[in-house]
Amino acid sequence: MRITQGAFSFLPDLTDEQITKQVQYCIDNGWAVSLEFTDDPHPRNTYWEMWGHPMFDNPDAAALMYELAECRKVYGDQYIRVVAFDATHGWESVRLSFIVNRPKEEPGFRLARQEMDGRNQRYTTISYAVDKPAGSRYA
Amino acid sequence: MSDVSTEDRPETAQAVDLHKEFESSGVKAVLEDLDATLIGLAPVKQRIRETAALLLVERARKQMGLAHETPTLHMSFTGNPGTGKTTVALRMADLLHRLGYIRKGHLVSVTRDDLVGQYIGHTAPKTKEILKKAMGGVLFIDEAYYLYRPENERDYGQEAIEILLQVMENNRDDLVVILAGYGDRMEKFFESNPGFRSRIAHHIDFPDYSDDELFHIAELMLRDLNYTLTPAAATALKEYVALRRRQRHFANARSMRNALDRARLRQANRLFQANAGPLDAEALSAIDEPDIRASRVFRGGLDSDPEPAA
Repeated sequence: MRITQGAFSFLPDLTDEQITKQVQYCIDNGWAVSLEFTDDPHPRNTYWEMWGHPMFDNPDAAALMYELAECRKVYGDQYIRVVAFDATHGWESVRLSFIVNRPKEEPGFRLARQEMDGRNQRYTTISYAVDKPAGSRYA
Repeated sequence: MSDVSTEDRPETAQAVDLHKEFESSGVKAVLEDLDATLIGLAPVKQRIRETAALLLVERARKQMGLAHETPTLHMSFTGNPGTGKTTVALRMADLLHRLGYIRKGHLVSVTRDDLVGQYIGHTAPKTKEILKKAMGGVLFIDEAYYLYRPENERDYGQEAIEILLQVMENNRDDLVVILAGYGDRMEKFFESNPGFRSRIAHHIDFPDYSDDELFHIAELMLRDLNYTLTPAAATALKEYVALRRRQRHFANARSMRNALDRARLRQANRLFQANAGPLDAEALSAIDEPDIRASRVFRGGLDSDPEPAA
C-alpha cells in the first residue's frame, strides 16, 4: 500500500529533475531544505531521522541532490523526504515536505482491535513493516 | 574586439547566429567590462575570450541538435602575487553564469582552512559543506598547494583533495573549480597530484604587470576613490613604480594599492598639519608630489628590513 503523506504523494513519484525544481523553489523562497529518512511509515511518526544538517546557506538545489544521492546509497530501501523549513519570524515551521524515495515494497497497515470494558472497542493502525526489527524491514 | 575571435571559430556558417547570441547573452558586456576595467593581462583576456567563444559555440550546437558535451571548465590560475587572479575569478563566475553554464553565478572563495579539518573525520564533512555551498557557482581555492603537505603523511589535506577530485569529476555540471596560486608552487602541487592536472582543462598564467600598466592601475584605483594626481605627483608615482619593482615583497597591483593607501594617509596628514583654512573638494582629492615622495621606497627600501633591499 502506497503511503500518502506530505505534498505530491498522490502523484506518481517525482523524477530527480522535478525534485530539483521543487527544491530550488524552496531555496528561492529562503527556506532551509534538509533530508530525513525513516523505516517506520506510520502517519503519526512525525520525527524522522535527519540526514545531515538543514542546509541554510546553499543557493543551489544541486547541493541537496548531492546529499540525496548519498542518502539513497545508504538508505535507498527506506522512506526519504525533503523538508523545507521557513525560519522567518512568525512561521518558524516546515513549509513544505514531500517524499522523494520509497522502499520497493510497501506492505501497508493492519487494523488492530482492542476489546475494552462494556463491549467498547479501540482501533489502531500498525504498519506491517515494523513487525520486523529495525534494520531488516524492507530487506 | 572580441567579435573577431568569435567569428573566427570553425562554424563560420553560423556566424550571424553566434554574433546575435553573443550580443543577447550579455557576454559582450562582460568582455567589454573586462577590457575596460582590467589593465594589461592580454593572455588572460585572450583565454577568457576563447573560452567564451567555445561556450557560445557549444550552446549553438546544442540548439541545433548537434552532438555536444559540457566542456570541462575547471581552471587553474597561476601568477605572482597581485596579478588579479581573484578579480578575474569573480568575472569568470559572472561570465559563466551569463552563458548559462552555472546556474547561480556566485563565487565561493576558500583557502586550506575552510576545507581541511582539525581532527580525524572532520575534513570530509567540512569539504562537502563548502562544495555544496559552491554548487551552482564557482569554487575558488586560493593558494591551493597548501592542501597538499608532503612533509606530513598524516595531513588531512589529502582527504580534502580526494573529495574535491571526486566532486570535480562527478558533478561537473554543478560547479566550476578554480585553483589559484604562485606558478612554481602550483607546478609542484600538480606534479604530486596528477589527478588534478588531468581534471583541469584550462591553465591560465597571469603575467606580471609592466611599469606602465601598474601606473594605469594606480590611476584607475584613485579614480574609483575620487582622488586625482597632480602632474608632479604622477611623475613621482612613475618613478615609484620603477623603484618599487626592484625591492623586496613586490606584489604588483597589491603593492600599488598599499602605496596609494599610504599616500592618502600622508595627504590627510599634510592637509591637517598645513591648517590652511577652508578646503574645497579639489584640495581634498588632490594627491601631491610630497605625499608620494615621502615613501621610504625612494630612500632605498623598507626601513625595518635588516638586510638591504634586493
